[in-house]
Amino acid sequence: MSLPIRKFDAVVVGAGGAGLRAALQLSEAGLRVAVLSKVFPTRSHTVAAQGGVGASLGNMGEDSWLWHMYDTIKGSDYLGDQDAIEFMCRMAPEVVIELEHFGMPFDRNDDGTIYQRPFGGHSQNFGEKPVQRSCCAADRTGHAMLHTLYQRNVRANTQFFVEWMALDLIRDANGDVLGVTALEMETGEAVIFHAKATLFATGGAGRIFASSTNAFINTGDGLGMAARAGIPLEDMEFWQFHPTGVAGAGVLITEGVRGEGGILLNKNGERFMERYAPTMKDLASRDVVSRAMATEIKEGRGAGPNEDYILLKLDHLGPEVINKRLPGIREIAIKFANVDPIKQPIPVVPTCHYQMGGIPTNYHGEVVVPKGGNPNSIVPGFYAAGEVGCASIHGANRLGTNSLTDLLVMGKSSGDSMIKFIKGESSHKPLPKDAGEYSQARIAKLDEQTGGENVADVGDAMRRTMQAHCGVFRFPDMLIAGVDKIKQVAERAERLQIADKSKVFNTARIEALELQNLIEVAKATMISAEARKETRGAHDRADFHDRPGFVAGRDDQNWLKHTLWYREGNKLDYKPVNLKPLTVESFEPKARVY
Amino acid sequence: MDTKQRDRLKWRARRGLLENDLLLTRFLDKHLETMDEEEMERLDKLLLIDDNTLLDLLMGRTVSDDPGLAGLIANIRTST
Repeated sequence: MSLPIRKFDAVVVGAGGAGLRAALQLSEAGLRVAVLSKVFPTRSHTVAAQGGVGASLGNMGEDSWLWHMYDTIKGSDYLGDQDAIEFMCRMAPEVVIELEHFGMPFDRNDDGTIYQRPFGGHSQNFGEKPVQRSCCAADRTGHAMLHTLYQRNVRANTQFFVEWMALDLIRDANGDVLGVTALEMETGEAVIFHAKATLFATGGAGRIFASSTNAFINTGDGLGMAARAGIPLEDMEFWQFHPTGVAGAGVLITEGVRGEGGILLNKNGERFMERYAPTMKDLASRDVVSRAMATEIKEGRGAGPNEDYILLKLDHLGPEVINKRLPGIREIAIKFANVDPIKQPIPVVPTCHYQMGGIPTNYHGEVVVPKGGNPNSIVPGFYAAGEVGCASIHGANRLGTNSLTDLLVMGKSSGDSMIKFIKGESSHKPLPKDAGEYSQARIAKLDEQTGGENVADVGDAMRRTMQAHCGVFRFPDMLIAGVDKIKQVAERAERLQIADKSKVFNTARIEALELQNLIEVAKATMISAEARKETRGAHDRADFHDRPGFVAGRDDQNWLKHTLWYREGNKLDYKPVNLKPLTVESFEPKARVY
Repeated sequence: MDTKQRDRLKWRARRGLLENDLLLTRFLDKHLETMDEEEMERLDKLLLIDDNTLLDLLMGRTVSDDPGLAGLIANIRTST
C-alpha cells in the first residue's frame, strides 16, 4: 500500500530554535514550508536554555568577533572547524539584532542597548581578561526566543504539523534527499512529505544516558533517521557533562552548593576529593570533580543499592544556611531526590547536558559526507542545524552560550542555502517507487513482533550501559566491554514488541520508534569513544592523561581529526579538521589553560 | 471525551523542561487511569501553560488564581 503524499518546497523536522529560525527564512522568501514537531513548538527543549546568546556586540566594553572566535576554538580543544567558527562569530551580532527586531525581549542597559552578562570562557583580547558577551532575557532566554520565532513564523504562514513524528529520510538512487516519511499521532497514519529541500533540526539525544538534563523528547530522531539512511554521524564521542545532577532524575544541582560548603562523600562516608585535589578539594574544577566522582563509582565506592552514585552532603551547614543561601536546592532535592538536604545527603552523579557531534554539515548547513575522495561531498537536498548538526562549531567541547548562537546562525544559514537550492530546482525530483515502504515495514515489524523485548527494559539497559561505560570519565576496559554490551542491547532493540497495537495516539509505538533512534546514537557514541585514543575536550580517557609530551592527554599528531561513524557494519572513518578560517590567520592548536 | 484522551494527555505531558516531565510523569503514572472527565479537562488546561510558568506553579514558587487548576497543582505537588 502506498502512502499519501504531501508536497512542499521545504520540510523542516523539529520546531526548536534552529528549525523555527530556518523555517522563518524560508517562509519569508515566499516558499511553502512544512514544519513537523512531536510537541507544540514552544515546548521544544530550547526552552531550557538560560545562559543567553553569545555575540560580540560590545555593549559592555570592547569586544570583537575575532575574540569570540578565539574563545570558541580554544573551548573546542581545537577540534572545531575554523571556517564554521569564524562564520558563526561574525554572524552572531547580526542574528541577535534581527531577533531584537522580531520583538525578543532582551534585558537592556540604561541607554537602551542590549545588556550582556558575563559567562565563563568569554574573553577580551585572546584570553587576556573576561568580557560580558551573553545576551539574555532574564533567565528565560530560550523561552523568549521560541515564542518570538514561533509568532513570527505564524505571521509568515509557515505550516506547522504538530504532534507528528518523522520516521525516515527518503533518498533516491543518486542519494539525493527528497523528504521524509512521518507519522501523525492523532490518526496513526504515515504520510510522505515530498520536498525539494529537507532540514533536520531535531536537537540532541542526551536521553541515551541514565543521567541527563535533557527533556524526554530529546531522543535523537534526526540522528537515527540519518544513520539508517546511510549518512555517517560525526564526533559522537563528545558530550558535555555537568558534575552534579540528581541521580536517577538528571535535574542539576548548581556548583554553587559546593561553593557554600557542600562536600562529596563516597559510600564509606569518605570525603574523597581530599585525595584527588588536596588543596581545592570539593572546589576543584568541574573536570577534576567529575573525574574523581566517576573513579570512585568505577572502583566500587559509589553509594546506593547499585553503588552508582555519590553523596552530596549539606546538613553540616545547618538549616539556616541551607534555607537562606540554597533554598532552590532544598526544593529540588526534596522534589527530585526525595531527600531533605537539611537531614540527608543528596545522591548525585555526573550528568549529560549537550551533544557536540551530529550530522556532518558545512557552515551553510548542507550535509556533507565522504564521496569519491572528497571528505565533504554535499548530499543534495539535505540540511541539518542546531544541536543535531555538526558544522563543526563546538569541536570537542562547547563554549557556554554558543548553543543559542549556533542555532540562530546555522538555522538562518541553512534556510538561506535551502532557498538558493530550491530556486534552482524547477520541479520536485520524482520519488522512488518504494518510498515509504521502509517506514511501513518498520511499523509492521513492531506490530507483528512476538516473543520480543519490552521497550522500557531495553531503554534502561541502554541508558545504564552508556552511563557506566561511556560517561564523563572513560576507562579503556570499560569502553571495550561497553562496545560489546551496547551491540547486545542494539540486537535486543531489533526485536521491540508493543502491547498496544491501536493507531490513534499510540504512545507505546512512539516510544518504541524513539528508542530505535536513540540506540543508533548510543552505538555511535560508544564505538567512536572506544576508538579515540586520546583525551580531548569532553572526551576524557583515564588511559590518556597527563602523559609527558602531550598536552593534557591530547594527541594532535594522530587525533586532530573528526570521527565519522557509519551504521553499516559500525564502520569508522575520519576526516581532517578545517584549521583554515575564512579570512583570518589560523589559530594553531596549543595547550588549553584557563 | 473519547477513550484516547488519556493517551493524548500522557503525550502532552512531554515538555521542553525535564523537571516538568518528571513531575507530570510521576503524577500521571499513578493517577491518569482513574481520572474522571472533569479532572482530565483540567489537566488538559494545565498542560496549555508554558513550561517555565508551569514549573513555577509545580514547584510552588507561584500560585494559580484558577481554583480548579490550583487544586490539581496541589495534587501533583503532593504526589510522590
